[in-house]
Amino acid sequence: MDEVGIFAFQIGYSFAIFILISLGLAVIFGMMRVINLAQGEFIMLGAYVCLFATKAGIDLWLAMLMSAVAVGLFGAIVERLLIRWLYGRILDTLLATWGLSMLMVGTVTTLFGPQGEGVESGLSAVQMGVYRISEYDLVLIAIAIALLIGTTCLWRFTRFGLIVRGTMQNAPMAGSLGVNTSLVYTATFAFGSALTGLAGAAFAPIAGIAPTMGIIYVAKAFITVISGGHLPLIGTMSAAGLFGTIDGVMGFVTTTVVAQITVLLSAILLLRLLPLGITGRLKKGF
Amino acid sequence: MAARIFAMAPSSTSPRWWWWAFIVAAAAILLTLPEYADLGLQLDLSKIFIFSLLALSMGFLWGFGGMLSFGQTAMFGVGGYTYAVLSLNTGETTGSIFVAILFAMAFAAILGYFLIYGRISAIYFSIITLVVTLVLEKAMRSTSSEYYTIGDVQLRGQNGISLVPSLQVPWNPSVELFIDGVFYLSVVVLILVYIGLRLLLTSRFGRILVCIRENERRTELLGYDSRKYQLIAFVIAGGVAGLSGALFSVWNNFIAPEMMNLGSAANVVIWVIVGGKSTLIGPIIGTAAIEYMTSWMGKQPWVGQVTLYLGPVLIMFVMVFKEGILPTIGMGLALIFDTVRGNSDGRATMKRRIWRTNIFSKRTN
Repeated sequence: MDEVGIFAFQIGYSFAIFILISLGLAVIFGMMRVINLAQGEFIMLGAYVCLFATKAGIDLWLAMLMSAVAVGLFGAIVERLLIRWLYGRILDTLLATWGLSMLMVGTVTTLFGPQGEGVESGLSAVQMGVYRISEYDLVLIAIAIALLIGTTCLWRFTRFGLIVRGTMQNAPMAGSLGVNTSLVYTATFAFGSALTGLAGAAFAPIAGIAPTMGIIYVAKAFITVISGGHLPLIGTMSAAGLFGTIDGVMGFVTTTVVAQITVLLSAILLLRLLPLGITGRLKKGF
Repeated sequence: MAARIFAMAPSSTSPRWWWWAFIVAAAAILLTLPEYADLGLQLDLSKIFIFSLLALSMGFLWGFGGMLSFGQTAMFGVGGYTYAVLSLNTGETTGSIFVAILFAMAFAAILGYFLIYGRISAIYFSIITLVVTLVLEKAMRSTSSEYYTIGDVQLRGQNGISLVPSLQVPWNPSVELFIDGVFYLSVVVLILVYIGLRLLLTSRFGRILVCIRENERRTELLGYDSRKYQLIAFVIAGGVAGLSGALFSVWNNFIAPEMMNLGSAANVVIWVIVGGKSTLIGPIIGTAAIEYMTSWMGKQPWVGQVTLYLGPVLIMFVMVFKEGILPTIGMGLALIFDTVRGNSDGRATMKRRIWRTNIFSKRTN
């Protein structure tokens, strides 16, 4: 019984990690057709904001919200200065944000040094039979699910979501109906960045916070988003479910590296069968 | 002329006499260089030439095949590791170089089959090749235990394999190539690969490849299986990258996973984009310029993080000088020449070409 429980927890945990690192990217890529290769560095930025906020004595949960706001604002600036000029040139957005990611790593290393630091979550562990599960890991799963549901509701049921979806489908049409499309683009990018920043803050207590920490997440984030296909939320959810299960099972049986290789190989195999991703055959409109 | 060399010469026409003259002159200058240059300079230049091969393999695929592959770094690593493991096991070095090329080509063939024959879109191709590189690096990093031993050689994880043998003279294995020998070898290999790729582009295969880049659907309607040609190009480029990796582990006597991490992959992109991908000479010039710049910066006390400077360079070239240094200079020169000659027709074309590279132009890809 304990084995089943810990096994389910492992899969849920992997799923949560996949959701957290790729949700912001999925919003930006799926909605705006912009590849943000600096995704890992946005995570890093969120973690650093959280680190400094908690060092200043601010409560961890409040610090997470501050990370989301700060990285969201940063995203808005990046969109205005950099991404704005590159809409419709998706490979160029990849290259330009790669430059941005190098710039961010260089800047943070120069300012705060290359060494890693950590944040205490202040939570203990719960006992499940012979196994111990950190409470914070359960909190991570809860955060991931909350973000997923929150984003879905925002997209489907609010006026903001409607305007965003309309603008992304047909910007001139939305513009002629009185929508400030350039502001919508900025807001969408900022929203995706804020999700990423929040994820970064959520990782702060479990990861070593260092300027190069983003590299760990890049591969997983892109595999998830690309395999998901063109419907950002359903796609990310199903891809995260699939790869989270594979990663969880393989990580449980063998090592994390073998798990990651298996995830990559299954993604390549999946794209050979479904070149447009899991949701490639589904109709647009969500 | 400068414009035609650097920007305008269509890849499908056979090289003219001045191109051959340029090759002969470059070869002559480089091969007599050890007479008056010290070993340090030869060592630096060999590294630049070996990296140029890697840049060429990416520039060839990207500029002429329309495939932006970040996996060249992975094949560089495959080539380097294959050479290291084989030569340490067998003691045979020349053969190991060839096997390293074959291994990299096989790796490219398998990866390319899944990606190209799946007809995934260009951006998916780029990202998956990047992820493959990152995961390969991670896998090599995790091989530090003694369990991961091939023959007599331990892979040793992120510490890498050291004491990789130098290259021996094929007909006299007791003599190892010294620094000047490696320099001559890298010059000759680079020039041969450059000529080979340039002539390949004038062949039927090269024309079809460029045709696919321009319009894949039309090429298919003309009866060509575009996937076959793209896969062949990917495998050829993989071989060049593998050769580069094998020569690098000869040059360095050392190979480690960091040769295929995100930073190394970024370097290759920067070399190609700075030099310009529309010519084959561009990636070579870009490699030389950036490697010279970073090694110069490494000696300056005021420079902290090199990525702090490379990042903005990449952003600037993507956004403003999209065609790279050489074509930009070439087009500027052509504009001046044509203005002097009063050739308004050519001038208009040139203006359009320059304008097209401007950040305000929108182009879908």
